[in-house]
This record gives sequence, structure tokens and C-alpha cells, in this order.
Amino acid sequence: MGDIKLHLDQWHQDLGGRMVSFAGYSMPVQYDGVMAEHLWTRENAGLFDVSHMGQLIFSSDDSSIDIGIELEKLLPANIIKLGVNRLRYSMLLAQDGGILDDLMVTRREHDFYMVVNGAVKHEDMAYIRENIDDRITLNYMEDHYLLALQGPKAGDVMKHLIPETDMLYFMQAGHYNWDGIDLWISRSGYTGEDGFEISVHNDDAQKLADALIAYEEVKPIGLGARDSLRLEAGLPLYGHDLTPEIMPFAANLSFAVPKRRREEAGFIGDDPILKQFADGPSDLRVGLAIEGRQPVREGAIIVDDQGQQIGAITSGGFSPTLQRPIAMGYVPMHLTEQGTGIIIQQRGKNIAAKVTAMPFVPNGYRRPPRAA
Amino acid sequence: MIRYFTEDHEWIEVEEEEATVGITDYAQGQLGDVVFVETPAAETILAKGDDAAVVESVKAASDVYAPVSGEVTDGNEALVDDPALVNSDPEGEGWFFKMKLTDTSELNALMDEDAYKEFIADL
Repeated sequence: MGDIKLHLDQWHQDLGGRMVSFAGYSMPVQYDGVMAEHLWTRENAGLFDVSHMGQLIFSSDDSSIDIGIELEKLLPANIIKLGVNRLRYSMLLAQDGGILDDLMVTRREHDFYMVVNGAVKHEDMAYIRENIDDRITLNYMEDHYLLALQGPKAGDVMKHLIPETDMLYFMQAGHYNWDGIDLWISRSGYTGEDGFEISVHNDDAQKLADALIAYEEVKPIGLGARDSLRLEAGLPLYGHDLTPEIMPFAANLSFAVPKRRREEAGFIGDDPILKQFADGPSDLRVGLAIEGRQPVREGAIIVDDQGQQIGAITSGGFSPTLQRPIAMGYVPMHLTEQGTGIIIQQRGKNIAAKVTAMPFVPNGYRRPPRAA
Repeated sequence: MIRYFTEDHEWIEVEEEEATVGITDYAQGQLGDVVFVETPAAETILAKGDDAAVVESVKAASDVYAPVSGEVTDGNEALVDDPALVNSDPEGEGWFFKMKLTDTSELNALMDEDAYKEFIADL
């Protein structure tokens, strides 16, 4: 069983991309080097191939069915109040409240568009089909590519390519046409920067990717920098910081279960999740500033004064922007206050760290101007 | 002075019983940007294959093994402040540690430069 080759496999290799196995795909982990690519994205704009992710469409021929209401039975998000061409972060939850995946969902004029993680997309689809009204059709957009353009200069590049995209603010999306090609563009991403995620038919993906990297502000960026960028942004990574053993409040994602949904419930996993909300979780995902220069990695443990394990690191690495190691992990509630000192044990060595606010690096989302 | 190479991409330069150990240019290229190096303290006794040093890049942590047995005489202090030396000059200023060999016959199992070049060409 080999990895699936991306439609732009050769394109990545021609640009010097080093291909590695990820989520069942052969993906570029880096081109020029993780550090250089990371810093480039924070200062300019990076183009990421995220086509391993699952793009799903929810539609129905039955006009009596409200897809938004049906999705609320599946997701803890406020979908009913979600405006057209607006997107929201949410999670797919198990009956026991565990997180099966995290995702982005967009209400469009005639359907809903969802992007789920590549590593679990097939399990997600099976689970969704099992748990959603049969009158809703779930389409997997296997013939569509997903490119992300991220960074402080992404807005200018996109505006030059497609002037109408300048109307978009963070978490807004729309349908656009570029040079005869249909594009679905969201102002969103997973780097903490302003930027876009662009859904394009496989056949047109290379033309678009070439047009984007033709801008001197844009370079192709691999998975390595994608991971360090999202870590600096304090964003959890599914399969690492989020797992089926973790519920949303422990994951510090209470914003994704808004007040109305807590009051009304009516979503898969509501009982255990609302119980955790009422009781408070026993552990919480926090950001950690690591002392010294040695990075701590996923799998390192957090210990008490006696050396007993009380928590774990779920993501960690060296922050290229801050030039020091940072991490995320789960600690008991009484240790979650900012500035609390903790001890991490990695390969038999103790490393000191302090609980710190996330994001580690301020985000650069383009928010709508406040009403006067 | 003779330079030997291991399948774990370390180089060891030997002069009589004194040796300097580092990682190869190929290894640093695979690791990417090195952000941290931990070298062994002087007087550490190492058996061939023991964990001798740790090298961390943005991406991952890797162990550096003792290519042969011996006693550490010096760790490269310059790598503490400037771990990127491993990227810029892996087979020179970016050396990891020096050691006194206990059994120079262990060197016979290692590759010379030509054999190592062939080895990485096949990877």
C-alpha cells in the first residue's frame, strides 16, 4: 500500500519539495527548510497544499429539510444563526463526548461546505452518514484541490489576483471566478496569519498554484512549517492535541460550544460534554513556555515534585519566531494559572516550563472593522 | 589523520588514539535547522553504539551514537550558543565531541569516505 500521490506531486518535487508520508498521502514536508519557510510565512505569504484534507458538501433535494438544523444534531456549533458565506470552527463528537475530529463548516446559499482532517476523513464520512438524516446527501469532493495562502501579504496578493476577495474578512467565504476557473475562497487558515483557503478543481489546481507562486511575495511552504506555525498560533492539531479521549472543555475549546447549545443541548455527546462543563474538566490544554533551548516533544510527560506523572505534552517544538521552545499539553486544573511552574520529563531529563497564554505569537486575522 | 563514517551518518576523525566525532553534511541536511545540541561531558565512558549526544532540529530530536568505544575528553561548547554551526559547518566547526579510543580495531568496521559516499547515494 503506497501513499496517495497529490495531483501536484511533480510540481512539488520540481520546486525542491521533500516528500514524506502524511495522512496516507505523499506530502511536501519542506522546500528551503522549515525555519526559513516559517519566517517567510510570518513576514510575506506562503502557499500550502492541504489537499489531503476532506472537502465535503451537504445538500438536499428535499426543500422541507433544513440542513442547518440537521447539522446541529451532529455538531455543538451555532449553525442555525450562521449567516450565508460565513464559516465556523466545530468538532465531530462521539456519543461519549470525545473529539473525533475538528473541522470548519460554511453555510452557502444552497448547501453546506465542510473541511475535515485528512487522516480521519473516511471515518468522519462514515460517521456522518450514520448519524445524519437520510434526506441529506453528503458529497466528498474528491476531484477538488485545497490550497492555503497564508501570511501578512496574502491579502494583497489575492486582491491583485481577484480584486473582489478584498471584501472578505476572517471567517467569511465566497464563490469567485478567476480566468474562467471556479474557485471557492474562504478567508481562513491554520497559521494564525491572515490568509485564504482556496478550493479548486484538480484540473485547474496547477494553473492557480503557478499564478500564486509567480508573485515574489509567495513561496511554497511544507508541512514542517505548517506545524510550527499552528503551534505558535496556539491551534490544536487533531490526533495530537485532540483525541477521542478528550472532550471540548478540557481541550480549552469552550468557545466552540456556545451558550445556546449548552442550554438547549441536542447534539451527539451532549450529556457527557455538558456534565464536564458543569463540573469543570479535571485537566486542561494549556500553552507552555519551556526554559532553556531544548525543545520538548509530543509524548514527554509532566510530573509533580515526586516524579509522578500528572500530565502530558501533546505538541512541542522550537518556535522560529520566538527563537525558543514552546509546547502545548494537558495539566491538572490547579496548575493552569498563567505563570505556574511545571516540570516536564523527557528521556529521563527534567525540563522546567511555565504555563503561558496562547497564542504564543499574536495572530494577524483580518477582522471586520467595528461599527462606529 | 583518517576520517571514518558510520551508517548512522556520523563522522569520526582519528589521530592515533584521539578522535573527533560529528554528524555528516548529509545528516544535517536531513535534520534541517538544528536548534539544540547536547554533547557528552568530559570523562563520560561510552561503549560503541551508546547514546552519546542529542541533536534537535525544528522538526525532531535525534540521538548521536558513539561510533566506537572510548572516553569523552571534550564536548563542543560552541554548539550550546550556536547550534546552527551543525548546519553551516557540520564536518568542521560543528563537531560534537572528542574522545580517547579504547579499541582502535573497532574502526575497521566503519566506512571510509568513498564507501560512505556510495552508501548515501543508495539511500
